[in-house]
Amino acid sequence: MIDLALDIMSWILLTVGGACVLIGGIGGLRLPNFYTRIHAASLTDTMATLLIFVGIILQSGFTLASLKLFAIMLFLLLTGPTATYALANAALLSGLKPGPGRSGLKPDAGTAKDKTKENAPE
Amino acid sequence: MIYIFALFLLTLLVITAVAIVRTEDLFVSVILTSIFSLLMAINFFILDAADVALTEAAVGAGVTTVIFLCALALTGDQEKPQKEGQNRGQKVALVVVGFLALLIIYSTFDNPRLGDPDAPVHQHVAPWYLEKTPEYMDFPNVVTAILSSFRGYDTLGEVFVVFAACIGVLFILGVSPPRKSLQVSVRKSGLRHHLIPQVVGRLLIPFIVLFGLYTQFHGEYGPGGGFQAGALIATGVILYALLEGEAEALRAVPRRVLLGMVVGGALLYGSVGVVCMLMGGSFLDYSVLAADPVWGQQLGILIIEAGVGMAVCGALLSIFHAFAARERLT
Amino acid sequence: MKLLEMLGYYNYWVFAILLAIGLYAVIRKTNLIKKLIGLSIFQSAVFLMYITMDKVEGGTAPIIQAGVENPIFSNPLPQVLILTAIVVGVSTLSLGLAMVVRIKECYGTIEENEILDAD
Repeated sequence: MIDLALDIMSWILLTVGGACVLIGGIGGLRLPNFYTRIHAASLTDTMATLLIFVGIILQSGFTLASLKLFAIMLFLLLTGPTATYALANAALLSGLKPGPGRSGLKPDAGTAKDKTKENAPE
Repeated sequence: MIYIFALFLLTLLVITAVAIVRTEDLFVSVILTSIFSLLMAINFFILDAADVALTEAAVGAGVTTVIFLCALALTGDQEKPQKEGQNRGQKVALVVVGFLALLIIYSTFDNPRLGDPDAPVHQHVAPWYLEKTPEYMDFPNVVTAILSSFRGYDTLGEVFVVFAACIGVLFILGVSPPRKSLQVSVRKSGLRHHLIPQVVGRLLIPFIVLFGLYTQFHGEYGPGGGFQAGALIATGVILYALLEGEAEALRAVPRRVLLGMVVGGALLYGSVGVVCMLMGGSFLDYSVLAADPVWGQQLGILIIEAGVGMAVCGALLSIFHAFAARERLT
Repeated sequence: MKLLEMLGYYNYWVFAILLAIGLYAVIRKTNLIKKLIGLSIFQSAVFLMYITMDKVEGGTAPIIQAGVENPIFSNPLPQVLILTAIVVGVSTLSLGLAMVVRIKECYGTIEENEILDAD
């Protein structure tokens, strides 16, 4: 009985996690400019990670594998939003202004050189 | 069922490769190459090659991208578009390359189908390795057993190739640039507005290095080994260098230590082979290292995996510092 | 069934197409870094072919677990060869990139036709 309940729970979690990934992907393609697309990508980073990993942990029971999966989930939850922050920071420092509509055009050549100079370890 | 996923991944690989070649912005090309390596690593895992997937993810998607980005920061960002008069050459190149692809596709129809257990490649040496590993070496991971003991010569040659590449890069980039560079970097390098990545980085770098050490010493019981461990530890130190600046990373792991690791790793591997010869066996025959041949094999494999890990870690870090310390000519 | 047999060859077809794409980049592009990227795509395609050859139907990764009777393993030998090849590939790539950096400093450009003109 408890096996059936665990199975159904993990099915629901995995399906909803997959739907989150799909929504994040569609958002990454359809949203107009860079800063809104980062919001869509961060949905995949956090929500989908949590749901999919908890679904797999429920499937694998109380073994060493679930501990390892928990550690991986913690690692992904820490590094995903940090990477999103670093991306947005780099975009802001290289001159891409947040604003409505399609401002996803590349900054002009002067600021592009600044971007490579600042972010390259010298 | 998983094969449908594998087919989808392979199609995605082809699309990514076409995008890499067609885009003119080199930065975009490098990031797409990293995604290409990651998709390739997932494909390797589906095809049951766990060690290779780990190595491709650590080395291909990690270290290669960093080295490419360092080189891009020193050269240009954009590729110049092709001139108009070269379009005829483009058609000839497409025809030649397309003909080659068709020829290879035609010749692969003779191959045994995917997963056939009676294929010739599974018949001769591989069952012997699978049978003899519990008898000679008594540990689970057959790939590590073949890599370090049955085919130890190849791995020795590979350590020497990594060593030679490190020395080569240090020679080529050890010459100072021809003109005096116009910008003198006196400010602290690293990311600007770097508080959040620094905090998260300081939390995570000890665990990255710990995972590298875990991979090194568990290479005999699961996927792992010297190469993956060296790449992981190098990645941890490179993360530190990207966050805090290259001078800080050179203070943490100085250049002498890196060179010592590279040379020490290669020497360790070679000297284990010579010690085996001095104790009465042939070169790299670890069974003579201890009284019990199985324990001798395990001891020999432990030592040479440590040598390989040190050499790969030191070489990758030396190469990274050689690129990063170069002043950029404006 | 013919279709299922054809699908079994899909790995090899992708290998041929990736080989062609990498070779096209090496031949046709004039930027030196683009050529190196094409070379690395070429390398990865060869790795794909070797690892495809080693799969056995119903097999698992070649790690011997205690207590499992008579298992089927995938072939470990191509995996060892490719493990070596990946690390050698990254070494030669870094050497090539070091040479490109020096070329840029001496000639001022990394486009092949401009370098040949300047010589």
